[in-house]
Amino acid sequence: MPEQALLKVSNIDAFHGSFQALWDVSLSVNPGEIVAIIGANGSGKSTLIDTISGFVHPAKGSIEFEGNNISKLEPFHIVKLGISQTPEGRRVFPDLTVLENLIIGSYNSKARPERAQNLKRVYQLFPILEDRRAQLARTLSGGEQQMLAIGRGLMSNPKLMLLDEMSLGLAPLIVNELYKALREIRKRGITILFVEQNVRRSLIEADRAYIMEAGRVVLSGNPAELREEEKVKRAYFGA
Amino acid sequence: MTLLADLATPVVMGILLGGLYAVIALGLSLVFGVVKEINIAHGDLVILGGYFGYVAMTMLGIDPIMSLVIGIPILFGIGFAIQKYLLNRAFRISMDATLIIAFGISIILESTYQLVWTPMSRGLTTPYALDSISVGPVHVPLVYLLDFIAAIVVMLFLHEFLRRTYLGRAIRAAAQDRKAAHLMGINTDQVYAFTLGISAAFAAIAGVFLGLTFSFTPVSGMAFLIIALGVIVLGGLGSIVGTFVGAIVFGVVQTVSGHFFGVAAQMLAAYTMVLVVLAVIPRGIFGSR
Repeated sequence: MPEQALLKVSNIDAFHGSFQALWDVSLSVNPGEIVAIIGANGSGKSTLIDTISGFVHPAKGSIEFEGNNISKLEPFHIVKLGISQTPEGRRVFPDLTVLENLIIGSYNSKARPERAQNLKRVYQLFPILEDRRAQLARTLSGGEQQMLAIGRGLMSNPKLMLLDEMSLGLAPLIVNELYKALREIRKRGITILFVEQNVRRSLIEADRAYIMEAGRVVLSGNPAELREEEKVKRAYFGA
Repeated sequence: MTLLADLATPVVMGILLGGLYAVIALGLSLVFGVVKEINIAHGDLVILGGYFGYVAMTMLGIDPIMSLVIGIPILFGIGFAIQKYLLNRAFRISMDATLIIAFGISIILESTYQLVWTPMSRGLTTPYALDSISVGPVHVPLVYLLDFIAAIVVMLFLHEFLRRTYLGRAIRAAAQDRKAAHLMGINTDQVYAFTLGISAAFAAIAGVFLGLTFSFTPVSGMAFLIIALGVIVLGGLGSIVGTFVGAIVFGVVQTVSGHFFGVAAQMLAAYTMVLVVLAVIPRGIFGSR
Protein backbone atom coordinates (compact mmCIF):
# COMPACT_ATOMS: atom_id res chain seq x y z
CA MET A 1 0.00 0.00 0.00
CA PRO A 2 1.51 3.36 -0.96
CA GLU A 3 2.02 5.79 1.90
CA GLN A 4 0.13 9.09 1.77
CA ALA A 5 1.97 11.76 -0.20
CA LEU A 6 3.12 14.82 1.76
CA LEU A 7 2.53 17.00 -1.29
CA LYS A 8 0.23 16.08 -4.13
CA VAL A 9 -0.13 18.36 -7.14
CA SER A 10 -2.93 17.18 -9.43
CA ASN A 11 -3.48 18.35 -12.99
CA ILE A 12 -2.86 22.05 -12.46
CA ASP A 13 -2.95 24.82 -15.06
CA ALA A 14 -1.46 28.18 -14.10
CA PHE A 15 -1.23 31.53 -15.82
CA HIS A 16 0.90 34.67 -15.72
CA GLY A 17 -1.67 37.18 -16.94
CA SER A 18 -2.89 35.67 -20.21
CA PHE A 19 0.20 33.51 -20.71
CA GLN A 20 -0.30 29.89 -19.67
CA ALA A 21 2.84 28.79 -17.82
CA LEU A 22 1.71 25.37 -16.54
CA TRP A 23 -0.30 22.75 -18.45
CA ASP A 24 -1.92 19.88 -16.59
CA VAL A 25 1.01 19.40 -14.22
CA SER A 26 0.91 16.59 -11.67
CA LEU A 27 3.56 15.67 -9.13
CA SER A 28 3.79 14.06 -5.73
CA VAL A 29 6.37 14.08 -2.96
CA ASN A 30 6.41 11.49 -0.20
CA PRO A 31 7.56 12.19 3.36
CA GLY A 32 11.35 12.04 3.69
CA GLU A 33 12.10 12.15 -0.04
CA ILE A 34 14.42 14.40 -2.01
CA VAL A 35 12.72 15.13 -5.32
CA ALA A 36 14.12 17.19 -8.21
CA ILE A 37 12.32 19.23 -10.86
CA ILE A 38 14.59 19.51 -13.89
CA GLY A 39 14.14 21.69 -16.91
CA ALA A 40 15.56 24.48 -19.02
CA ASN A 41 14.88 28.17 -18.54
CA GLY A 42 11.23 28.98 -19.13
CA SER A 43 10.05 25.40 -18.72
CA GLY A 44 7.73 26.39 -15.86
CA LYS A 45 9.80 25.09 -12.91
CA SER A 46 9.78 28.34 -10.99
CA THR A 47 6.09 28.91 -11.70
CA LEU A 48 5.37 25.47 -10.30
CA ILE A 49 7.30 26.29 -7.13
CA ASP A 50 5.52 29.65 -6.84
CA THR A 51 2.16 27.96 -7.34
CA ILE A 52 2.88 25.53 -4.50
CA SER A 53 3.94 28.52 -2.35
CA GLY A 54 0.69 30.36 -3.10
CA PHE A 55 2.00 33.27 -5.20
CA VAL A 56 0.13 31.95 -8.22
CA HIS A 57 -3.25 30.28 -7.79
CA PRO A 58 -3.90 27.44 -10.22
CA ALA A 59 -6.76 27.97 -12.69
CA LYS A 60 -7.47 24.25 -12.68
CA GLY A 61 -6.49 21.25 -10.58
CA SER A 62 -5.55 21.00 -6.92
CA ILE A 63 -2.57 21.12 -4.59
CA GLU A 64 -2.83 19.04 -1.43
CA PHE A 65 -0.44 19.24 1.51
CA GLU A 66 -0.90 16.56 4.19
CA GLY A 67 -4.26 15.82 2.61
CA ASN A 68 -5.59 19.41 2.74
CA ASN A 69 -6.23 21.51 -0.35
CA ILE A 70 -3.93 24.54 -0.20
CA SER A 71 -4.37 25.82 -3.75
CA LYS A 72 -6.36 28.90 -2.70
CA LEU A 73 -4.27 29.88 0.33
CA GLU A 74 -1.99 32.92 0.52
CA PRO A 75 1.81 32.52 0.80
CA PHE A 76 2.01 33.54 4.47
CA HIS A 77 -0.57 30.90 5.35
CA ILE A 78 1.25 28.19 3.45
CA VAL A 79 4.50 28.94 5.28
CA LYS A 80 2.70 28.44 8.57
CA LEU A 81 1.43 25.03 7.42
CA GLY A 82 5.03 23.92 6.96
CA ILE A 83 6.17 24.67 3.40
CA SER A 84 9.14 27.00 3.08
CA GLN A 85 10.62 28.27 -0.16
CA THR A 86 14.22 29.31 -0.75
CA PRO A 87 13.73 31.47 -3.83
CA GLU A 88 15.82 31.80 -6.94
CA GLY A 89 18.42 34.53 -6.49
CA ARG A 90 18.46 33.88 -2.71
CA ARG A 91 16.68 37.15 -1.89
CA VAL A 92 18.10 37.57 1.57
CA PHE A 93 17.18 40.92 3.16
CA PRO A 94 20.29 42.93 2.25
CA ASP A 95 20.01 45.57 4.97
CA LEU A 96 19.18 43.22 7.81
CA THR A 97 21.98 41.45 9.67
CA VAL A 98 22.52 37.71 9.26
CA LEU A 99 20.92 37.10 12.66
CA GLU A 100 17.94 39.35 11.82
CA ASN A 101 17.44 37.47 8.56
CA LEU A 102 17.34 34.21 10.52
CA ILE A 103 15.01 35.63 13.17
CA ILE A 104 12.57 36.90 10.54
CA GLY A 105 12.52 33.34 9.19
CA SER A 106 10.78 32.32 12.42
CA TYR A 107 8.08 35.00 12.00
CA ASN A 108 5.14 32.59 11.76
CA SER A 109 3.47 31.91 15.09
CA LYS A 110 4.18 28.17 14.99
CA ALA A 111 7.92 28.70 14.53
CA ARG A 112 8.44 31.41 17.14
CA PRO A 113 8.46 29.16 20.22
CA GLU A 114 11.16 27.00 18.58
CA ARG A 115 13.33 29.89 17.51
CA ALA A 116 16.27 29.25 19.86
CA GLN A 117 16.41 25.57 19.02
CA ASN A 118 16.13 26.11 15.27
CA LEU A 119 18.79 28.81 15.40
CA LYS A 120 21.19 26.39 17.10
CA ARG A 121 20.53 23.80 14.39
CA VAL A 122 21.10 26.31 11.59
CA TYR A 123 24.43 27.31 13.17
CA GLN A 124 25.41 23.64 13.42
CA LEU A 125 24.65 23.20 9.74
CA PHE A 126 26.37 26.43 8.63
CA PRO A 127 28.89 27.55 11.31
CA ILE A 128 29.96 30.46 9.09
CA LEU A 129 26.57 32.09 9.70
CA GLU A 130 27.24 32.23 13.43
CA ASP A 131 30.60 33.89 12.80
CA ARG A 132 28.94 36.44 10.55
CA ARG A 133 25.72 36.92 12.53
CA ALA A 134 26.22 40.65 13.15
CA GLN A 135 27.09 41.49 9.52
CA LEU A 136 24.59 42.90 7.04
CA ALA A 137 23.47 40.19 4.64
CA ARG A 138 24.58 42.32 1.67
CA THR A 139 28.22 41.87 2.76
CA LEU A 140 28.14 38.06 2.43
CA SER A 141 29.51 36.16 -0.56
CA GLY A 142 27.07 34.44 -2.91
CA GLY A 143 27.60 31.06 -1.28
CA GLU A 144 27.15 32.47 2.20
CA GLN A 145 23.97 34.24 1.10
CA GLN A 146 22.64 30.93 -0.20
CA MET A 147 23.45 29.32 3.16
CA LEU A 148 21.63 32.18 4.85
CA ALA A 149 18.64 31.74 2.56
CA ILE A 150 18.47 28.02 3.37
CA GLY A 151 19.00 28.70 7.09
CA ARG A 152 16.24 31.32 7.00
CA GLY A 153 13.93 28.74 5.42
CA LEU A 154 14.78 26.23 8.16
CA MET A 155 13.89 28.78 10.84
CA SER A 156 10.24 28.61 9.75
CA ASN A 157 10.12 25.00 10.99
CA PRO A 158 9.19 23.43 7.65
CA LYS A 159 8.05 19.91 6.88
CA LEU A 160 8.74 20.52 3.20
CA MET A 161 11.47 22.76 1.77
CA LEU A 162 11.24 24.08 -1.77
CA LEU A 163 14.57 25.19 -3.20
CA ASP A 164 14.65 27.14 -6.47
CA GLU A 165 17.95 27.12 -8.40
CA MET A 166 20.08 26.80 -5.31
CA SER A 167 23.38 26.32 -7.13
CA LEU A 168 22.95 29.00 -9.79
CA GLY A 169 26.15 31.01 -10.22
CA LEU A 170 28.04 29.31 -7.40
CA ALA A 171 31.43 27.57 -7.50
CA PRO A 172 31.35 23.73 -7.62
CA LEU A 173 32.99 23.40 -4.20
CA ILE A 174 30.28 25.53 -2.61
CA VAL A 175 27.58 23.64 -4.48
CA ASN A 176 29.00 20.40 -3.00
CA GLU A 177 28.77 21.91 0.44
CA LEU A 178 25.17 23.01 -0.12
CA TYR A 179 24.09 19.56 -1.30
CA LYS A 180 25.82 18.03 1.70
CA ALA A 181 23.72 20.35 3.84
CA LEU A 182 20.56 19.22 2.02
CA ARG A 183 21.33 15.59 2.84
CA GLU A 184 21.84 16.62 6.45
CA ILE A 185 18.51 18.48 6.43
CA ARG A 186 16.78 15.40 5.06
CA LYS A 187 18.26 13.34 7.92
CA ARG A 188 16.51 15.72 10.27
CA GLY A 189 13.21 14.58 8.77
CA ILE A 190 12.56 17.45 6.39
CA THR A 191 11.33 16.59 2.89
CA ILE A 192 12.96 18.41 -0.02
CA LEU A 193 11.71 19.43 -3.46
CA PHE A 194 14.35 21.26 -5.48
CA VAL A 195 14.49 22.90 -8.88
CA GLU A 196 17.72 22.60 -10.82
CA GLN A 197 19.06 23.22 -14.30
CA ASN A 198 22.03 20.93 -13.75
CA VAL A 199 20.70 17.50 -14.76
CA ARG A 200 23.73 15.43 -13.79
CA ARG A 201 23.77 16.89 -10.32
CA SER A 202 20.02 16.49 -9.85
CA LEU A 203 20.10 12.84 -10.84
CA ILE A 204 22.88 12.20 -8.33
CA GLU A 205 21.16 13.92 -5.43
CA ALA A 206 17.48 13.12 -5.90
CA ASP A 207 15.48 9.99 -5.09
CA ARG A 208 13.14 10.83 -7.94
CA ALA A 209 12.92 13.54 -10.56
CA TYR A 210 10.38 15.22 -12.82
CA ILE A 211 11.49 16.68 -16.13
CA MET A 212 9.61 19.72 -17.43
CA GLU A 213 9.42 21.22 -20.88
CA ALA A 214 7.29 24.17 -21.99
CA GLY A 215 5.10 24.09 -18.91
CA ARG A 216 4.45 20.34 -18.89
CA VAL A 217 5.90 17.38 -17.03
CA VAL A 218 7.29 15.25 -19.84
CA LEU A 219 9.08 12.52 -17.87
CA SER A 220 9.37 11.30 -14.33
CA GLY A 221 11.00 8.47 -12.47
CA ASN A 222 14.04 7.51 -10.42
CA PRO A 223 17.50 8.58 -11.58
CA ALA A 224 18.48 5.16 -12.96
CA GLU A 225 15.38 5.04 -15.15
CA LEU A 226 15.75 8.62 -16.32
CA ARG A 227 19.40 8.20 -17.31
CA GLU A 228 18.32 5.43 -19.68
CA GLU A 229 15.63 7.53 -21.38
CA GLU A 230 16.70 8.39 -24.91
CA LYS A 231 15.20 11.83 -24.60
CA VAL A 232 17.22 12.65 -21.50
CA LYS A 233 20.39 11.28 -23.01
CA ARG A 234 20.00 13.34 -26.13
CA ALA A 235 18.87 16.53 -24.48
CA TYR A 236 21.15 16.59 -21.49
CA PHE A 237 24.05 14.20 -21.85
CA GLY A 238 24.80 14.76 -25.50
CA ALA A 239 24.68 11.05 -26.26
CA MET B 1 26.03 92.99 19.67
CA THR B 2 28.07 90.65 17.52
CA LEU B 3 26.58 88.76 14.61
CA LEU B 4 27.17 85.49 16.43
CA ALA B 5 25.11 86.47 19.46
CA ASP B 6 22.47 87.86 17.14
CA LEU B 7 22.31 84.54 15.33
CA ALA B 8 22.18 82.38 18.45
CA THR B 9 18.44 82.64 19.08
CA PRO B 10 17.25 82.00 15.49
CA VAL B 11 19.66 79.07 15.11
CA VAL B 12 18.55 77.41 18.33
CA MET B 13 14.90 78.05 17.46
CA GLY B 14 15.48 76.55 14.03
CA ILE B 15 16.99 73.40 15.52
CA LEU B 16 14.09 73.02 17.93
CA LEU B 17 11.53 73.77 15.21
CA GLY B 18 13.27 71.07 13.20
CA GLY B 19 12.12 68.70 15.94
CA LEU B 20 8.50 69.48 15.07
CA TYR B 21 9.19 69.00 11.37
CA ALA B 22 10.90 65.71 12.15
CA VAL B 23 7.85 64.36 13.97
CA ILE B 24 5.62 65.38 11.04
CA ALA B 25 8.03 63.95 8.45
CA LEU B 26 8.89 60.65 10.21
CA GLY B 27 5.41 59.24 9.70
CA LEU B 28 5.43 60.21 6.03
CA SER B 29 8.95 58.86 5.58
CA LEU B 30 8.09 55.53 7.20
CA VAL B 31 5.15 54.93 4.87
CA PHE B 32 7.14 56.04 1.84
CA GLY B 33 10.05 53.76 2.77
CA VAL B 34 7.95 50.68 3.51
CA VAL B 35 4.77 50.82 1.46
CA LYS B 36 6.29 53.06 -1.27
CA GLU B 37 3.20 55.27 -1.06
CA ILE B 38 3.26 59.04 -0.83
CA ASN B 39 0.47 59.58 1.64
CA ILE B 40 -0.86 62.94 0.44
CA ALA B 41 -3.30 62.91 3.38
CA HIS B 42 -0.52 62.76 6.00
CA GLY B 43 -0.63 66.51 6.66
CA ASP B 44 -4.40 66.30 7.17
CA LEU B 45 -3.94 63.47 9.67
CA VAL B 46 -1.51 65.74 11.52
CA ILE B 47 -4.18 68.47 11.60
CA LEU B 48 -6.69 65.89 12.85
CA GLY B 49 -4.27 65.29 15.72
CA GLY B 50 -4.30 69.06 16.31
CA TYR B 51 -8.10 69.18 16.42
CA PHE B 52 -8.13 66.18 18.72
CA GLY B 53 -5.90 68.07 21.15
CA TYR B 54 -8.14 71.13 20.71
CA VAL B 55 -11.30 69.18 21.60
CA ALA B 56 -9.61 67.53 24.58
CA MET B 57 -8.45 70.91 25.85
CA THR B 58 -11.54 73.07 25.25
CA MET B 59 -14.32 70.57 25.90
CA LEU B 60 -12.80 68.16 28.40
CA GLY B 61 -10.22 70.40 30.00
CA ILE B 62 -7.40 67.89 29.42
CA ASP B 63 -3.89 69.08 28.63
CA PRO B 64 -3.31 68.40 24.90
CA ILE B 65 -0.11 66.44 25.55
CA MET B 66 -1.90 64.23 28.10
CA SER B 67 -4.77 63.74 25.63
CA LEU B 68 -2.36 61.82 23.38
CA VAL B 69 -3.00 58.78 25.57
CA ILE B 70 -6.34 58.59 23.74
CA GLY B 71 -5.37 60.44 20.55
CA ILE B 72 -2.56 58.05 19.60
CA PRO B 73 -4.68 54.85 19.59
CA ILE B 74 -7.54 56.60 17.77
CA LEU B 75 -5.29 57.94 15.00
CA PHE B 76 -3.55 54.56 14.84
CA GLY B 77 -6.92 52.92 14.21
CA ILE B 78 -7.83 55.45 11.52
CA GLY B 79 -4.50 54.96 9.74
CA PHE B 80 -4.75 51.18 9.98
CA ALA B 81 -8.26 51.23 8.52
CA ILE B 82 -7.33 53.60 5.68
CA GLN B 83 -4.55 51.26 4.56
CA LYS B 84 -6.46 48.04 5.13
CA TYR B 85 -9.76 48.99 3.48
CA LEU B 86 -8.71 51.56 0.89
CA LEU B 87 -5.04 51.73 0.00
CA ASN B 88 -4.22 48.00 0.09
CA ARG B 89 -6.97 47.46 -2.47
CA ALA B 90 -5.90 50.38 -4.64
CA PHE B 91 -2.32 49.09 -4.43
CA ARG B 92 -3.28 46.02 -6.48
CA ILE B 93 -4.46 48.26 -9.31
CA SER B 94 -1.50 50.64 -9.46
CA MET B 95 0.60 53.04 -7.43
CA ASP B 96 -1.20 55.96 -9.10
CA ALA B 97 -4.48 54.66 -7.67
CA THR B 98 -3.14 54.93 -4.10
CA LEU B 99 -2.04 58.49 -4.78
CA ILE B 100 -5.48 59.47 -6.08
CA ILE B 101 -7.27 57.79 -3.18
CA ALA B 102 -4.98 59.46 -0.65
CA PHE B 103 -5.76 62.77 -2.37
CA GLY B 104 -9.47 62.00 -2.02
CA ILE B 105 -9.03 61.22 1.68
CA SER B 106 -7.24 64.55 2.05
CA ILE B 107 -10.16 66.46 0.50
CA ILE B 108 -12.71 64.59 2.62
CA LEU B 109 -10.76 65.30 5.81
CA GLU B 110 -10.31 68.99 5.03
CA SER B 111 -14.01 69.44 4.20
CA THR B 112 -14.99 67.62 7.37
CA TYR B 113 -12.79 69.90 9.46
CA GLN B 114 -14.44 72.95 7.85
CA LEU B 115 -17.89 71.63 8.75
CA VAL B 116 -17.06 70.59 12.30
CA TRP B 117 -14.62 73.25 13.40
CA THR B 118 -15.33 76.08 10.89
CA PRO B 119 -12.57 77.65 8.75
CA MET B 120 -11.43 79.70 11.75
CA SER B 121 -7.85 79.46 12.88
CA ARG B 122 -7.31 77.38 16.05
CA GLY B 123 -4.42 76.93 18.42
CA LEU B 124 -3.72 75.02 21.60
CA THR B 125 -3.37 77.85 24.08
CA THR B 126 -2.19 76.13 27.22
CA PRO B 127 -1.07 77.87 30.44
CA TYR B 128 2.55 77.27 29.39
CA ALA B 129 2.05 78.38 25.77
CA LEU B 130 3.75 81.72 26.34
CA ASP B 131 6.53 80.55 28.69
CA SER B 132 10.04 80.91 27.41
CA ILE B 133 13.49 79.75 28.42
CA SER B 134 16.62 81.89 28.42
CA VAL B 135 20.17 80.60 28.43
CA GLY B 136 22.71 83.43 28.03
CA PRO B 137 21.81 85.33 24.85
CA VAL B 138 19.37 82.63 23.70
CA HIS B 139 15.65 83.04 24.30
CA VAL B 140 13.32 80.33 23.07
CA PRO B 141 9.65 79.52 23.73
CA LEU B 142 9.12 76.49 25.97
CA VAL B 143 6.91 74.78 23.37
CA TYR B 144 9.79 74.74 20.89
CA LEU B 145 11.83 72.79 23.42
CA LEU B 146 8.88 70.40 23.89
CA ASP B 147 8.77 69.92 20.08
CA PHE B 148 12.37 68.83 20.12
CA ILE B 149 11.90 66.46 23.06
CA ALA B 150 8.91 64.92 21.28
CA ALA B 151 11.09 64.35 18.20
CA ILE B 152 13.77 62.58 20.24
CA VAL B 153 11.18 60.35 21.95
CA VAL B 154 9.44 59.45 18.66
CA MET B 155 12.76 58.72 16.95
CA LEU B 156 14.08 56.50 19.72
CA PHE B 157 10.79 54.65 19.88
CA LEU B 158 10.77 54.04 16.12
CA HIS B 159 14.40 52.95 16.10
CA GLU B 160 13.96 50.44 18.91
CA PHE B 161 10.61 49.22 17.59
CA LEU B 162 12.03 48.52 14.12
CA ARG B 163 15.01 46.67 15.56
CA ARG B 164 13.67 44.71 18.49
CA THR B 165 10.17 43.48 17.67
CA TYR B 166 8.94 40.86 15.21
CA LEU B 167 6.58 43.41 13.67
CA GLY B 168 9.38 45.97 13.36
CA ARG B 169 11.65 43.47 11.63
CA ALA B 170 8.76 42.43 9.39
CA ILE B 171 8.24 46.08 8.43
CA ARG B 172 11.91 46.39 7.46
CA ALA B 173 11.85 43.07 5.62
CA ALA B 174 8.72 44.03 3.66
CA ALA B 175 10.36 47.34 2.75
CA GLN B 176 13.42 45.56 1.34
CA ASP B 177 11.83 42.65 -0.54
CA ARG B 178 8.08 42.15 -0.63
CA LYS B 179 8.12 38.66 -2.13
CA ALA B 180 10.80 37.40 0.22
CA ALA B 181 8.77 38.82 3.11
CA HIS B 182 5.83 36.70 1.99
CA LEU B 183 8.10 33.68 2.01
CA MET B 184 8.89 34.38 5.66
CA GLY B 185 5.21 34.00 6.46
CA ILE B 186 4.65 37.75 6.67
CA ASN B 187 1.20 39.00 5.68
CA THR B 188 2.43 42.15 3.93
CA ASP B 189 -1.05 43.69 3.68
CA GLN B 190 -1.28 43.52 7.45
CA VAL B 191 2.24 44.90 7.85
CA TYR B 192 1.36 47.84 5.58
CA ALA B 193 -1.78 48.52 7.64
CA PHE B 194 0.30 48.56 10.82
CA THR B 195 2.81 50.87 9.12
CA LEU B 196 0.16 53.43 8.18
CA GLY B 197 -1.32 53.03 11.67
CA ILE B 198 2.03 53.88 13.26
CA SER B 199 2.47 56.77 10.83
CA ALA B 200 -0.96 58.15 11.82
CA ALA B 201 -0.12 57.69 15.51
CA PHE B 202 2.95 59.87 14.89
CA ALA B 203 0.62 62.34 13.15
CA ALA B 204 -1.42 62.52 16.37
CA ILE B 205 1.74 63.50 18.26
CA ALA B 206 2.82 65.92 15.53
CA GLY B 207 -0.62 67.54 15.48
CA VAL B 208 -0.64 68.31 19.19
CA PHE B 209 2.86 69.80 19.13
CA LEU B 210 2.04 71.72 15.96
CA GLY B 211 -1.03 73.15 17.70
CA LEU B 212 1.08 74.16 20.68
CA THR B 213 3.58 75.91 18.39
CA PHE B 214 1.43 77.47 15.65
CA SER B 215 -2.22 78.10 14.92
CA PHE B 216 -3.83 75.97 12.23
CA THR B 217 -6.89 75.95 9.97
CA PRO B 218 -8.71 73.06 8.24
CA VAL B 219 -6.43 73.43 5.20
CA SER B 220 -3.08 73.76 7.00
CA GLY B 221 -2.30 70.09 6.37
CA MET B 222 -1.10 70.68 2.83
CA ALA B 223 1.44 73.32 3.89
CA PHE B 224 2.97 70.95 6.43
CA LEU B 225 2.87 68.03 3.99
CA ILE B 226 4.98 70.11 1.63
CA ILE B 227 7.45 70.96 4.36
CA ALA B 228 7.63 67.26 5.31
CA LEU B 229 8.26 66.26 1.69
CA GLY B 230 11.09 68.81 1.51
CA VAL B 231 12.54 67.43 4.74
CA ILE B 232 12.45 63.83 3.52
CA VAL B 233 13.99 64.64 0.16
CA LEU B 234 16.65 66.70 1.89
CA GLY B 235 17.57 64.05 4.44
CA GLY B 236 17.56 61.13 2.03
CA LEU B 237 14.72 58.66 1.56
CA GLY B 238 14.09 55.96 4.11
CA SER B 239 16.53 57.01 6.82
CA ILE B 240 15.38 57.99 10.32
CA VAL B 241 18.54 59.94 11.07
CA GLY B 242 18.38 61.52 7.61
CA THR B 243 14.83 62.72 8.22
CA PHE B 244 15.86 64.20 11.56
CA VAL B 245 18.90 65.99 10.14
CA GLY B 246 16.90 67.15 7.13
CA ALA B 247 14.25 68.58 9.45
CA ILE B 248 16.81 70.48 11.49
CA VAL B 249 18.52 71.92 8.42
CA PHE B 250 15.13 72.96 7.07
CA GLY B 251 14.15 74.56 10.38
CA VAL B 252 17.41 76.48 10.76
CA VAL B 253 17.33 77.84 7.19
CA GLN B 254 13.76 78.97 7.81
CA THR B 255 14.38 80.77 11.10
CA VAL B 256 17.70 82.33 10.07
CA SER B 257 16.36 83.61 6.74
CA GLY B 258 13.25 84.83 8.53
CA HIS B 259 15.44 86.66 11.01
CA PHE B 260 17.28 88.57 8.30
CA PHE B 261 14.75 88.92 5.50
CA GLY B 262 11.37 88.59 7.17
CA VAL B 263 8.73 85.87 7.32
CA ALA B 264 7.89 86.15 3.62
CA ALA B 265 11.38 84.92 2.68
CA GLN B 266 11.29 81.80 4.89
CA MET B 267 9.76 79.26 2.53
CA LEU B 268 11.56 80.71 -0.47
CA ALA B 269 14.91 80.32 1.28
CA ALA B 270 14.11 76.83 2.60
CA TYR B 271 13.01 75.47 -0.77
CA THR B 272 15.85 77.13 -2.65
CA MET B 273 18.16 75.34 -0.22
CA VAL B 274 16.39 71.99 -0.86
CA LEU B 275 16.91 72.42 -4.60
CA VAL B 276 20.56 73.42 -4.20
CA VAL B 277 21.28 70.43 -1.93
CA LEU B 278 19.59 68.10 -4.39
CA ALA B 279 21.56 69.53 -7.29
CA VAL B 280 24.79 68.80 -5.43
CA ILE B 281 23.84 65.49 -3.70
CA PRO B 282 20.77 64.09 -5.48
CA ARG B 283 20.31 61.32 -2.90
CA GLY B 284 19.96 63.75 -0.01
CA ILE B 285 22.21 64.09 3.00
CA PHE B 286 21.85 60.50 4.26
CA GLY B 287 20.49 58.82 1.14
CA SER B 288 21.89 55.39 0.40
CA ARG B 289 20.08 54.30 -2.74
